[in-house]
Amino acid sequence: MDRDSAFFEFLLRMGDNTLVLGHRISEWCGHAPILEEDIALANTALDLIGQTQMWLGLAGEVEGAGRDADALAFTRDFWEFRNALLVELPNGDFGRTMARQFLFDAWQSVQLGKLLKSSDSRVAEIAEKAAKEVAYQVERSAGTVVGLGDGTEESHARMQAAIDYLWPYVGEFFAGDAVDAAMAEAGIAPDPASLRGDFDALVGRVMEEATLNIPEGDFHHKGGRDGARHTEHLGHLLCEMQWLQRAYPGATW
Amino acid sequence: MKNEWPLWEVFIRGQHGLSHRHVGSLHAPDAEMAIRNARDVYTRRNEGVSIWVVEARHIAASSPSDKGPLYEPSQSKIYRHPTFFDIPEEAGNM
Repeated sequence: MDRDSAFFEFLLRMGDNTLVLGHRISEWCGHAPILEEDIALANTALDLIGQTQMWLGLAGEVEGAGRDADALAFTRDFWEFRNALLVELPNGDFGRTMARQFLFDAWQSVQLGKLLKSSDSRVAEIAEKAAKEVAYQVERSAGTVVGLGDGTEESHARMQAAIDYLWPYVGEFFAGDAVDAAMAEAGIAPDPASLRGDFDALVGRVMEEATLNIPEGDFHHKGGRDGARHTEHLGHLLCEMQWLQRAYPGATW
Repeated sequence: MKNEWPLWEVFIRGQHGLSHRHVGSLHAPDAEMAIRNARDVYTRRNEGVSIWVVEARHIAASSPSDKGPLYEPSQSKIYRHPTFFDIPEEAGNM
């Protein structure tokens, strides 16, 4: 795999993660348990979509085929998506949504920290802008995980069930392949496995404060980052997200 | 009602403001979350550089029905305004 196609793949992975999670979070708009959380979730969704514009914008530039961020977001089919499976899972209850948000924020905060030193200045610039948003988001989602985990009997049980359900989707973020090897060699992005220590330390700290247990076992789902096998949920999500551009190609407002 | 989170009053110091101004209220389980919620609800459009929150029950307020006795007596005491001094020419406009 040549450097530019690996770079393109890497940027799709970054942008598709934030795009798909941003859409998932936006599904809460008008449905969150309280007004304050509703607004906070909408802010998070908008931050994620903003990051998507930067990652996919650069992806289009690197690809050099005339596709911009919108074209990449709205006209690719599900097998062309490169997001990790975790972010395409349905929201579940509020606890599961916040648990997933925290796990993703924790990974993002570690990943962006490394990307600040990327050999590609465009990547470093995006990372710098996104890192500020993510620094707040991880604080907020960690706080909610602790509040619910170390809360009532019911909130604790729901939060533990959420972590049990989501944990097998965490490993995919750290399983590198040829794309990652090319990125690491070019100094553009870190080897995913090298992030695991910082991630585990951060998540472990929060889980302990939240009185939650991390499930045992090394099994993890895979197939999102390389697009080999997404879950059935992604197609439904894209159907809703893309239908307008699919039905009325190029429509603007 | 005992499952309701307490009400917090939110004060924001704006970009150019010197003092915190009351901007509204919100619900939150504790002070830390109240500040986070205030950040998300009241500073989305770059309104502030500093946030104070205070639980509404800690604010002691004057009663609206006391308006007469509290404030009306000062209406007729114009001598409390420093407008009766002759300003020396050299001082200029004040």
